[in-house]
Amino acid sequence: MPGKKSLPDKRGYFGEYGGRFVPETLVPALEELTAAYKACKSDPAFWAEYDRFCCDFIGRPTPLYHAEQLTEACGGAQIYLKREDLAHTGAHKINNALGQGLLARCMGKKRIIAETGAGQHGVATAAVCARLGMECIIYMGEEDVRRQSLNVFRMKLMGAEVRPVSAGSKTLKDAINEAMRDWVTNARDTYYLLGSVVGPHPYPSMVRDFQSVIGKETREQILKKTGRLPDYIIACVGGGSNAIGIFHAFLDDTGIRLIGVEAGGKGVSTGKHAASLVKGKVGVLHGSKSFLLQDKYGQICETHSISAGLDYPGVGPEHSYLKETGRATYVAVTDRQALEGFQLLCRTEGITPALESAHAIYYAACLAKTLDKDKLIVVNLSGRGDKDMGIVAEALGVKL
Amino acid sequence: MSRIEKIFTDRSHKALIPFVTTGYPDIETTLKIVLLLARSGADIIELGVPFSDPLADGVTIQRASFKAIENGVTTRICLEVVKQLREKIDTPLVFMSYFNPLFQYGLERFCRDCGKAGVDGLIIPDLPPEEGVPLEEMAHRNGVDVIYLLAPTSTDERIKLVVKHSRGFVYLVSVTGVTGARSELPQDLAKFIGRVRKFTDKPLCVGFGIATPEQARRVAELADGVIVGSRLIQSIEEDPGLRAAANLVKEMRAAIDSDG
Repeated sequence: MPGKKSLPDKRGYFGEYGGRFVPETLVPALEELTAAYKACKSDPAFWAEYDRFCCDFIGRPTPLYHAEQLTEACGGAQIYLKREDLAHTGAHKINNALGQGLLARCMGKKRIIAETGAGQHGVATAAVCARLGMECIIYMGEEDVRRQSLNVFRMKLMGAEVRPVSAGSKTLKDAINEAMRDWVTNARDTYYLLGSVVGPHPYPSMVRDFQSVIGKETREQILKKTGRLPDYIIACVGGGSNAIGIFHAFLDDTGIRLIGVEAGGKGVSTGKHAASLVKGKVGVLHGSKSFLLQDKYGQICETHSISAGLDYPGVGPEHSYLKETGRATYVAVTDRQALEGFQLLCRTEGITPALESAHAIYYAACLAKTLDKDKLIVVNLSGRGDKDMGIVAEALGVKL
Repeated sequence: MSRIEKIFTDRSHKALIPFVTTGYPDIETTLKIVLLLARSGADIIELGVPFSDPLADGVTIQRASFKAIENGVTTRICLEVVKQLREKIDTPLVFMSYFNPLFQYGLERFCRDCGKAGVDGLIIPDLPPEEGVPLEEMAHRNGVDVIYLLAPTSTDERIKLVVKHSRGFVYLVSVTGVTGARSELPQDLAKFIGRVRKFTDKPLCVGFGIATPEQARRVAELADGVIVGSRLIQSIEEDPGLRAAANLVKEMRAAIDSDG
């Protein structure tokens, strides 16, 4: 049954997706993590602390904002934005970094490692580690270090060590490989703070749980503001954590259309994109079975997206399950379209979205035009765009 | 009795198990070096199937793997290499592969083709027994052993599970870490091997980080076999004429036997 919240099963499967495909060295570490998370999950004191930090450190609840100007510009459905861009450090990533940081502290782990693509998860992890007094090492692809230099500087200011990864495509996928190699080497004393709903069990469900605060708040807020539930919920999907985070509270409301927007790069027929659910095949990468961009021999493809945070060949196993069951729909938006969405939101609302979120904005704007004015669309505005200024300027041919 | 099991019938003979990445630096070298290894005292030979994201491997095998992919090496070509080698040698040949290339090939078809080509065993570093059962059954039907790995972090519970499922031998990862030559053997290796030995009579072979004949000798005192990978690949890189690689294996053979 789609929407059953009892998933994953004990082995970490959502239907046929998920599992735990990792080197033996990590299996005991994952078992320890699963047990520790289970204990914290049922401990009200753990959640009380999470809530306290959510409120005072992150600034939750984030607003649900009626984007009236954008709505008017599109001339159709009402568009609401869940303002995760206003969360501390500038994106939804902090929700998960905080939850896992507190969990790591419960487990007595003092050395934290993480991977990052755009740098949002790296910055969030660095902030949480600074706050909780933990050592923090961030793996980041060399290509991403270059295109997100501002975030690299932010991480360093907060005391993190940033290790550039020069293997493979030098992006998020390779940063995850390198973080896993570190974890295999230091499994006993290191906590791997994975940033999305990917990886081996229990990460996909644990990260989802920490991100589901987005959907829970949205549900309350939209009911309060409009007296009803939305017709559409739209979020961008790289690994898929902000999308799962907002989808989850609405899975059982089968009348609500859930739409994930993947990175179409230069176009899904060009081979230069990162649309794993739209164009991929089932395979195993980074510890779980899910849709993947790979060649016919099972080698993982190099991906392309203007947004570093979506530039990943895999996707969380729960999204594969939602796609298969039809509960969620997945579409792709190209670099060029995302840039259009980015500018549209800047102009109409005075909000600069992250390039990742701009993919969702573009799709929502197109969809809104086709719908009546009494329809409601909620877009998860997962992050803010300050980090992307250089890339956007370059793409628009502007010299800064 | 499988070809791998036969190697371990006389336990006073310690197995020497070299690893090379198939198609690194090219297919011709692989065909040549495997014969050379077999003649230089290797008991079992591991052939790496290249993968784009080898997260259990250190820089040496990563480099070899990426180059092999560039050379166009696929799972089918690896099977073809085994088929050719089988016409010349009887040495057990084992694939070391990550799961995804096999999954895309089709597990059933892969196991059948392994049986036909003469592959004796499979080592899949990202496939613990919890996920491996379906593959195990297909492999066994085709006379192919599935060799599982244990690590120093494995609990007693996991040791019991892994030794029960592992066939041919059990692969003990000497260190918590990735593959790669290291200057020192880990301090707690004897204790780790002893902990596994309590639960099984199956042959225990140790790999990861073994680089010198002296290290090989010391490991052979504790275990039933010694696996050497990264150091051998470095030898191939240093001397494309393969003399250094053959010498390394000969020296390891001599060191291992000197004690026995």
